[in-house]
Formats: sequence, structure tokens, C-alpha cells
Amino acid sequence: MKISFDWDKKSVEKEEPGFEHKSKPGARKISYASALYETFDQLLSLNDKIFIMGQGVDDPFGMFGTTLNLHKKYGARRVFDTPLSEEGMMGVALGAALTGMRPIYMHNRPDFLLVAMNQIVNHVSKWSYMFGGAVGAPLVIWAAIGRGWGSAAQHSQNLHGLFMHVPGLKLVMPSTPYDAKGLLVSSVLDPNPVMILEHRWLLKHSGDVPEKLYQIPLGKGVVRKSGKDLTIVSASYAAIESMRAAEELSKDGIEAEVIDLRTLQPLDEEIILDSVKKTGRLLVVDTGWRRAGAASEISAIVAEKGFPYLKKPIRRVTSADVPTPACHTLEKSFYFGVNEIIDAVKEMVR
Amino acid sequence: MPIDFESSSRDLAPELSIGLYKTMLRIRLLQSRIREEYPKDEIKTPVHLCVGQEAIPAGVCANLNKEDYVLSNYRGHGHYLAKGGDLKSLLAELYGKKAGCSRGKGGSMHLVDVDAGLLGSSSIVGGGIPVATGAALSASLQETGRVAVTFFGDGAVDEGVLYESINFATLKKLPVIYICENNFYAVCSPQRDRQPLNNIYERFQGCGIPGYKADGNNVAEVYCLSKKVIEEARNGAGPSFVEFQTYRWYGHSGGETDAELGYRSKEELEDWIEKCPVKNFEQFLLGKGLISNEDIARIRAGFMGEIEEAVDFAKASPFPDEKELLDHLYYE
Ligand SMILES: Cc1ncc(C[n+]2csc(CCOP(=O)(O)OP(=O)(O)O)c2C)c(N)n1
Ligand SMILES: [Mg+2]
Repeated sequence: MKISFDWDKKSVEKEEPGFEHKSKPGARKISYASALYETFDQLLSLNDKIFIMGQGVDDPFGMFGTTLNLHKKYGARRVFDTPLSEEGMMGVALGAALTGMRPIYMHNRPDFLLVAMNQIVNHVSKWSYMFGGAVGAPLVIWAAIGRGWGSAAQHSQNLHGLFMHVPGLKLVMPSTPYDAKGLLVSSVLDPNPVMILEHRWLLKHSGDVPEKLYQIPLGKGVVRKSGKDLTIVSASYAAIESMRAAEELSKDGIEAEVIDLRTLQPLDEEIILDSVKKTGRLLVVDTGWRRAGAASEISAIVAEKGFPYLKKPIRRVTSADVPTPACHTLEKSFYFGVNEIIDAVKEMVR
Repeated sequence: MPIDFESSSRDLAPELSIGLYKTMLRIRLLQSRIREEYPKDEIKTPVHLCVGQEAIPAGVCANLNKEDYVLSNYRGHGHYLAKGGDLKSLLAELYGKKAGCSRGKGGSMHLVDVDAGLLGSSSIVGGGIPVATGAALSASLQETGRVAVTFFGDGAVDEGVLYESINFATLKKLPVIYICENNFYAVCSPQRDRQPLNNIYERFQGCGIPGYKADGNNVAEVYCLSKKVIEEARNGAGPSFVEFQTYRWYGHSGGETDAELGYRSKEELEDWIEKCPVKNFEQFLLGKGLISNEDIARIRAGFMGEIEEAVDFAKASPFPDEKELLDHLYYE
């Protein structure tokens, strides 16, 4: 099944009435990775306080192509490789951010962020609050979630639930090339620490992306497809899977409303509650673990604030509560797909 | 510069030299077979080959008993075989089968053979280092006389956890050996882009741990230096740090050559292929008359047969049952 990014005409964004996702004739279609590359390039030329660091950002792979050869264009002072010292380097980025620079620290997998947890959780995310707002830490932590080919337990973790739990950290999870660009710009310009978790499977998708720089606000979700029967809340790759499921369900006369949160922190509660008010049913689809994860938090918010709207118990589609297994047959059972979403929706609207 | 086997193998008994050669050859042949298989896409897991680096696991592990501990990393096929890991279980793991050493849950990056003393392998750089230190603490507390060895790359020495582990091990005089396999690259990143000096072995001496450097392509030298530090550790003299310089022939992962990417030169790669740890030692043994061409052919054929049998076994054996997805989360 091929995913189209020609979103339903009705899927206008709540807060940005001027913008439309529909692919326009003559619009520029580029890949997600190219959109990121272009944005990094434009940001580096926009402001010389912005710099990029990370293992392999200047190597022949250029972080999945997103930073390829930028070190040649902007020099090794602004785009540089780091030693394998994630905790130390995270603190180095923080120190630079506190003193006027705008670091972007890139990792090719979020799993490696766990090595930097002390700096991320105890320092980066707390610096503003702990010192009563005396100084801010405007930095970006970027990583791409892996999946498949036996990546296994330590190379394919969806850790956003863990990071969503941490106050003080903004958390961005785009799903389209358009969003990837606009959210990256907002993240880099934000006066606070922002973590962007990409999903590797999105990097090859393509979609309409304007060439000029633009921002998508952090904390604003978008209705990807409107529908009356049920609300699906998702982000990142789960939003794509949800759209695929919703398109299939339409053929059976079931109209699911698909919300792509874009950012998990801040979280657009309003867009979720407005939709559930309309549909009375909530399915949360999340690439993360079920227990105490992003889906749990979203469900809790709706249970607290939208209980009267609910006609059915809330449901979650997530990956299993185990580490990722290596072998591909077990991988298949570990990850949910379009069918699991469709089955859940059908049971809920029955 | 040719590898100086003459002086480094002076004290080695002929059977020992032949044994070291066989271990290296077996690791090499296995990896060549994996390289042949990998493009078929039946091995659905990232493989990190140690072709070019075989002398290190062979020389180090020849000094270890079965009961001694090893903690490996994602580039662990050599460590696994040299420590006595089961070949069939390794191949079955690569093919994601239930008969795999990790029952298909780990893949190539997570090899284990507890009976052979291989406690596990981490794909997080530096992940095994403190764990080996803990195994050594346990050996020390239980007075078992065992030692622990951990293998890691030149990239891993920049992880703070190595410093923390070494400080503790030295403080407690733990029987642990830190083996750095310096192949000069971390993925595509050369050592000079990550480290101010090429002196890994000296780095931790200030903590009070002895640091050594040796030719990681000279199995006799690897063996002799490892013998010394492992004996010292076993006798209560505490830990050591050893840097073996070597080179990886193929890409960081997968079985392709990658000099065309431009991060390392073809000449550099060719120089190191000239310094092949297996071929050169074979030549040396032939020259010494310790082994004949017929011996070599017989040994090779034996290993090839064993590997073929293991590949067939792995391919024919079943995938884990779907129900196993939820198993093993807690140990029973
Ligand atoms: C903590 C952590 N950071 C980054 C990575 C990604 N990574 C995997 S292997 C590797 C290179 C390691 O190089 P080195 O330690 O020299 O070992 P080699 O692969 O050369 O054997 C990197 C950066 C990782 N697995 N874990
Ligand atoms: Mg290396």
C-alpha cells in the first residue's frame, strides 16, 4: 500500500488556516531526509550561533543524508563529529547553549540517549526551572528511531514515553516532510531544550515542502483526516499507519478522525478533546510501549477531561511490553500494523 | 613492516601455535561464509564482521579457562568462537532461529554462551565494560580464581564508563582485563577526529592500572601479552589495560568493502590486508615446518565442513513460536 500525502481537503490545520497539505500542482515534492537537509542548511546560513555536533554528522553517510557535506560548506567548527562520549557531549551542548550558542546534537538512534540521561534529565531539562528562569538552555537533541532488520533490543527503542515524562523538555515527533521542516525550525528557534525523535521509516517518504523557511508551532496537533465515528490520536510513524488504516476503513463506511499530535510535549489537549467530543470514541496509536507510555498519558487526559463524551472505553494500539526481538518473525508480532488498527477500530464502532 | 612472529613466538610450543592458527582460521572462514550468505537477505540482522582482527580473540581467549568470563560487543563473532561458543547456535541466531544462542531474540549483536563463559554482548558502545568489571568483582568476592575479559573498540575508550570501571577495578584489584581492539575507526570516523593522541594504552595509567600496547595482528604477541596480564590478574595483582592495534577490512557493518566511501584510503586498506593476521601466521608456520600444506588443506576442509553443517542446520531449523514474543522478559 502506498501512502499518499494528499491529505483530505477538510484536513485544514486548526491553528494555521492559511496552510493546506494537499499536494498542489507544481509544488515541490522532496523526501523527508532532503527536507531535513535543506532545513539544516538554511538554519546554518541563517544564524552563525547555530551549530551541529554528533557521531558521524560529517561522515560519508551524513546522518542519513540530513547533514551530508554540511561540514564542507560551513566548516568543521560548525558541523563536527564527536567522540563516543554521549553524557559528556550532552553537557557540552548544554554549556554552549547557556552561553549564547544554539547547539543541535544529533544521534542516529535514541537508544544512545540513554547514556546521556543524567545530563538530559538532571541538567538540560531542569536548568531553567531549577534556577528560577535565570538562564535558558536553547538546544536541540535529535535522534532517529530504528526499526527492522534485527535491530533488536538496543537499536530500535521508542523512548518518547520516557522523555515525555520529564518536565522541561519539549518533545517533537513529526510524520511528514512538511512537518519535519517546520518543526525543526521551531525547535531550533525555541528558547528551550527540544528533543526531536524522527522515525527512520519516514526518512524516505516524500511530500510537498516549500523551499523557504517556515515554522510549525510546538504544541499544536493537526487533524489529518476528519471523521465522525471515532478519534485516532497518533504521532510520527503511527500517524502514517493510522492514516493508512483510516483510508481502508473509509471503504467500509467507517469514518475515523485522525489526529497527528506532531509534538508530545507540549501536548495539544484541545485538539484531542474537541475530536473526542464529536466522535465519542478514542483509540490511541503509539509506536512506544504500552505501560506508562505516551498512549497512557493521552488516555488519562481524556479519561479525566473528556469522560462524559466517551461512548466506549478508550483503547490503545502499541507495541508489546517487551524489548524488541531480533528475529523478523517475532519483530512482526512485536510491531502493530494497519490491520491491528483496523481491527481495534471495528471492535470499537461495532 | 612485516609481522615479527619470530621473536614473539619464541616461547610458544608448536601445538600452541597451531592451535592459535586454527582458532583464527575458523573465525575467518566463518565470516567468509557469512559474507557469502549475507546478500541473500536470509540473515536479517546487522552483522559486524571482525575480518582482519582475528588474532585478538584467538590470542586472548587461548589464555582463558572455560569458567573465565568474557563480555563482548556487537562485533563479537570472534570473541564468541574463541571463547568456545557453540557454532551451530551462533549461526542459528544469525538466521533468527529458535535454536540460536539467544533463541532468535538477540541477532548478531547479542551473542551469549553462558556455559562457555560468554555472559553476553552489548550493542551499546562500552556497555559490557562495567559488566565485566562486576563479573571480576564477583570472582574476587567468591574467590573462584576466575578472571573477566571485556573487548571493546577504540571508539569505546571515550565513554566515561571505561574510566569509572577502571578506577574501581584498580581500587579493588579486580581480576579483569580491558582489551581495546583499536582498528582506528568508529564507523567512518577516524581515531584522529575523536582523540587528540594515538596513545590509548597510556590513558589510564594515571589511575594506577598498567597499560600495554601490542601488534593486534600478531597472534603470538597477543597471546604472550595476554598470558602475562591474565596470570597477574588471576594471581591477585589486579587489572590491566591492553591496546591491540589492528584493522577491520570490511564496512562497519555488512560484508562489503567500503574504501570507495572515501573515509579511508584504498592504499591503507591494502597495506593492512597485506598484514593479514591469518595468512601471515600461516606462512610463518609453513616456513618453520610446523605445518604442511596438506595439514592446512585438511584443517580448512574440516572447518568448512563444520561451518556448512552449521549453516544447513541454521537454515533448516524453525523460527521461534509467535508465543515466545512475551517469554524471557523475566528469568525463570
Ligand atoms: C553509546 C553508543 N553510541 C553510539 C553507538 C553507535 N555505534 C555503534 S558502533 C560505533 C563505533 C564504535 O567504534 P569502536 O568502539 O572503535 O568499535 P569498532 O566498531 O571499530 O569495533 C558507533 C558509533 C552505539 N552503538 N552506542
Ligand atoms: Mg574501532
